[in-house]
Amino acid sequence: MIKPVKKQMAGWGNFPKHTGFVYQPETVQDIQAILDDNDSSQIAYGLGRSYGDNALNENNGMLVLDHLNHMLAFDADTGLLTCEAGVSLSEIIDVFLPRGFFPPVTPGTKLVTVGGAIANDVHGKNHHTDGTFSEFVSSFDLLLASGQVMTCSRDENADVFWATVGGIGLTGIIVRATIQLMRVETSQIKATYEKADNLDEAFNRFQENDANYKYSVAWIDCLSTGDALGRSVLMRGDHAERSDLDKGVRDPLALPKKPGLKVPMNAPSFALNYWSISAFNQLYYKSYKNESKLVDLTSFFHPLDAIGDWNKLYGKNGFVQYQAVFPKDNAPKEGIRQLLQKLSSEKRSSFLAVLKSSGKANDGLLSFPMEGYTLALDIPIKRGLFSFLKELDDIVVSFGGRVYLAKDSTLDIETFHKMYPNWEEFMAVKQRLDPEGRFSSSMSRRLGLG
Amino acid sequence: MQTVLVLGATSSIAQETVKRLAAKKMNLILAGRRTDQMETMKSDLEIRHQIKVSVRAFDALDFDGHDAFFNDVVDAHGGIDGVLLMYGAMGDQLEAETSFVETRQMIDVNYTSAVSILNIAANYFEAKKSGFIGAVSSVAGDRGRQSNYIYGSTKAGLSAYLQGLRNRLHKSGVQVLTIKPGIVNTKMTYGTVDDSPLLAEPDKVARDIDRAITRRRSVLYTPWFWLVIMLVVKLIPEWLFKRTDL
Repeated sequence: MIKPVKKQMAGWGNFPKHTGFVYQPETVQDIQAILDDNDSSQIAYGLGRSYGDNALNENNGMLVLDHLNHMLAFDADTGLLTCEAGVSLSEIIDVFLPRGFFPPVTPGTKLVTVGGAIANDVHGKNHHTDGTFSEFVSSFDLLLASGQVMTCSRDENADVFWATVGGIGLTGIIVRATIQLMRVETSQIKATYEKADNLDEAFNRFQENDANYKYSVAWIDCLSTGDALGRSVLMRGDHAERSDLDKGVRDPLALPKKPGLKVPMNAPSFALNYWSISAFNQLYYKSYKNESKLVDLTSFFHPLDAIGDWNKLYGKNGFVQYQAVFPKDNAPKEGIRQLLQKLSSEKRSSFLAVLKSSGKANDGLLSFPMEGYTLALDIPIKRGLFSFLKELDDIVVSFGGRVYLAKDSTLDIETFHKMYPNWEEFMAVKQRLDPEGRFSSSMSRRLGLG
Repeated sequence: MQTVLVLGATSSIAQETVKRLAAKKMNLILAGRRTDQMETMKSDLEIRHQIKVSVRAFDALDFDGHDAFFNDVVDAHGGIDGVLLMYGAMGDQLEAETSFVETRQMIDVNYTSAVSILNIAANYFEAKKSGFIGAVSSVAGDRGRQSNYIYGSTKAGLSAYLQGLRNRLHKSGVQVLTIKPGIVNTKMTYGTVDDSPLLAEPDKVARDIDRAITRRRSVLYTPWFWLVIMLVVKLIPEWLFKRTDL
């Protein structure tokens, strides 16, 4: 019998913290045995980069899948990789970038597992051009409540495929996947940096020429006010080709150097406050100039991975990340303006707030992105935060938008239903596959998802 | 290109150790009972490190089959350069006190089978006049304690065996490495030991093992502080030690 360890777990935001029974299965057979031996419900837990409670399961089981991380097959002609679900994008980059392949979609951290990337249907800076991670998933194997393993793709068990993509682990345990890697000639990005004085200008730039860049994102100073509200730095780019590099570069695919910084302990809760963040944002904005240059993939895609455990900067109380998408046809700029005004008027500090345009939605029943604009913010946990977040939710709903479940820890059921109108269709699939509720999480109980 | 035979390849320490060896482009022969899991490890190691890996079914308790197993492996690979014995059984002490079946299981897996297969390996490397033998013993073998002396005594036997073997093979230029891990977070211990600052992750232990092989060391305590802890534990006089609650 496989034994669990009872312990307290949290997501990346260190809020909430829930205690449950943590297992470390190594094989699919191990997971099947755990399901057989126990009545409690289970949820998969990868590298813990989801911010809130979607991988937590209070008083129940959490399957930490970082041992299920084997690569099973790779075809260098097609770039198709089959691997176990616990393989991380970081491992994929380390192994395949030197051979000229790169993950086709990568979120702001590469420390996410393939299983987690599917279950949250993650997106990256290329959502407006390429869509979410699932666009590049040709199939995956899902361990069901029955103990059977079901292969799902767009052609086979398609309804389960689209319920599982973005389905936050509730349809079963994703154990293997086949994903399409993308060819690259170098490990560099041709990046263009442009400053925008305010939100209008940022939007104008996005609308003008975002389609010309494969990758696009803007950092927003969300504490600026008045005419400067929404001032930002646009960071856009494409993969550099061999010819973009100096002829003298010997290894165009060399892995970027690994940084060694790490935050050693939780910072005191006063460290990040309105004044320190405001000062940081000033300096950060000033540090950029309008220019184009080559930067390595890590600094372009995963700048925060350079500082290990950066979440500890927010102290032991933790923080929430709030990411909302506003649909294109419903005055998204106005919605984002209202969100920013609310943040700056209440002095709810956030640094590294991020704005980007997003492309068409896919068929994932609980997938987050829709065509329009998304804004992501870190907000430290302080008194009054939860009623404040509720006000943000109401603004988002009034513009027909939604928040990202991978980052959520506070949404209520009614608001969730408004944001994710396909929830009933999702529940129909969930109940068919898992009538006894063998898979659930703290989030699923909060949102009425079983 | 070196080829290393790993016995008990799915143990947590072995899984991490083979990653280290693969990264150095050593070819690997994974041996153990769980062939499915070893096939998975094989594909992973081959894809990541572009080396050759083969999988062999090995039953530690099939003593009569050890000769044929070892000869087959050597023949199939045109010789090997090292053997790592990385399996073990840690039964429940209290159960073993009342059940000889449980006790016997630990003795046979940890001691008898190790002696059986390593006798064969020793003769091979002695004739070859090169190579290395490494085996995972335990700090629990350094001094018998009431909480796990049955397991500990099997490891004490193994440590003494390796000590003698090292003495014998020294003149043949064969390295014999006794690996003594402390408390490691493995699937053997997960759920039975408390979270403690002494608890080590298998990848750290694997790093130490890799380094000890390269440096041709004799005895490895891993993590290193167990050398100090065991030194102190061994120094306590028996009249006092027998009164402790360890």
